[in-house]
Amino acid sequence: MRLAVREAFLAFQRAPLLSVLSVMTIGFSLFAFGLFGLVALNIRDAVRQVEEQVEVRAFVIAGTPVEVAATAIGDVSAFPEVARVEYITQEQALAHARHQLPEFRDVFDPDVLPASIDVRLKEGHRDPTTVKAVAERLRTYAFVDDVRYGEDWVEKVYRLRNIATIAGVALGLSFAAVAVIIIGATIRMTVLARTREIAIMRMVGATDWFIRSPFLIEGFAKGILGGAMALGLTWTAYRVFSDNVIQAQFFEPRLAVLGVLAGAVIGIAGSAISVGRHLRGV
Amino acid sequence: MSDTRVTGAPGVIRFTNVSKEYPRTGTALAGVTLGVAKGEFVFLTGPSGSGKSTMLKLIYMEERPSRGEVKVSGVSSSTLRARDIARLRRKLGIVFQDFRLLEDRTAEQNVSFALEVTGGSRQGMGARVSRALAQVGLASKATSFPRELSGGEQQRVAIARALVNDPFVLIADEPTGNLDDRATRGIFQLLRDINAAGTAVVMATHDLELIRRHDFRTIELNRGQLVFDSTADSAPPVTGEFT
Repeated sequence: MRLAVREAFLAFQRAPLLSVLSVMTIGFSLFAFGLFGLVALNIRDAVRQVEEQVEVRAFVIAGTPVEVAATAIGDVSAFPEVARVEYITQEQALAHARHQLPEFRDVFDPDVLPASIDVRLKEGHRDPTTVKAVAERLRTYAFVDDVRYGEDWVEKVYRLRNIATIAGVALGLSFAAVAVIIIGATIRMTVLARTREIAIMRMVGATDWFIRSPFLIEGFAKGILGGAMALGLTWTAYRVFSDNVIQAQFFEPRLAVLGVLAGAVIGIAGSAISVGRHLRGV
Repeated sequence: MSDTRVTGAPGVIRFTNVSKEYPRTGTALAGVTLGVAKGEFVFLTGPSGSGKSTMLKLIYMEERPSRGEVKVSGVSSSTLRARDIARLRRKLGIVFQDFRLLEDRTAEQNVSFALEVTGGSRQGMGARVSRALAQVGLASKATSFPRELSGGEQQRVAIARALVNDPFVLIADEPTGNLDDRATRGIFQLLRDINAAGTAVVMATHDLELIRRHDFRTIELNRGQLVFDSTADSAPPVTGEFT
């Protein structure tokens, strides 16, 4: 093992330019993947924030006793898909409208707007079908005059989320595949540069596993270095964008560490495939 | 010297009706049966493309026969597994015409490489490397890089690398092919010394003068066929010119 580690680091020393180039190639491939990941993360967050606005509002007929509404609120709270239920009085509805809509600034009579029961749904239950089902159940209460939930808007948000998810997975897989191919080709160059050494190892009786091990260690080290470089570049790009264009979100530390480790895994996998193909070919 | 004429002879290397065919170039070896005994010196000769290198490759199991069986130190080509090849090669010494040294390592590093990559203990490694270099007369050039050595000296480093694992047989594929007469004599004398110390030597060569001058067993191949074996035939050894 000690020899394998030594051989791996000697390989860095003997071909510094090739080693730096392969680390940079791995770094830039993972950087492209990281940038895409950052965009996907922020789109997902934006969609989630919009989704959180999904609300079903049941307007209560004027004169409905508060106790009756309170009983209904208890029932609705027990629905499995419901996150929160709130009773909005006529006064609160007017205050809200006066705050948000200029045309209500001069209105002072609370009877202008009806009281309502506002229902927020749990994450994962904000699709059009569930929202509609909850609305229909609310409509069955005799004291409910009307139920609104922005049907078109819910549909659009849901479609947007689906498109973002499919595009995210497809583009993510494409970027990952491109990264693996580029990294594999880079490592293949280092394997080819050491064809003679491999041939001598085999000639004197080294096992295939022994021949592979320095390359795997080298791939691991290059993957870690490339991953760290990609993380640095992605962080810099994020800061520049966040400071100058729009406030965005960065990966959680755990995800960032996972990204660097993914670089190491790709490095090892690329090495294993390249040296394996080479050994089968000689 | 042991009799190696028949397949049943107790040679360390035994070919039993061995044929080798390549998809693109056709037959390289056809129905060869022979044995090489412990401590024997064998010249393997024949024109280019006669099957000499194929035969050597079959000995160090770089190739497997299309038909028949090759058995080397108890390892059979018929039941060969990948890890058997590595184990077998640790008991063989292999030398090529083009030396196959690592240019960025010194003579002693090239020799110790053979011990290191086969998992040899570091203890006593230095002494073994020094002994192998001394055996080939290069003790004073241990820290020289291949580019600082003559062709003959580079071949000596390659031989030291082949010897450092104490092989029972040294396989030399045209080891003097790239050398001038003087270096050739030196390398051949070295191979004789190695053989005298008990290691079998199988040397492929085009050099008929070398063969004529020495009374060692000679095996001649032509178009993949075994056409002459001096231990089996009463006919005189090869006299023509190879092309």
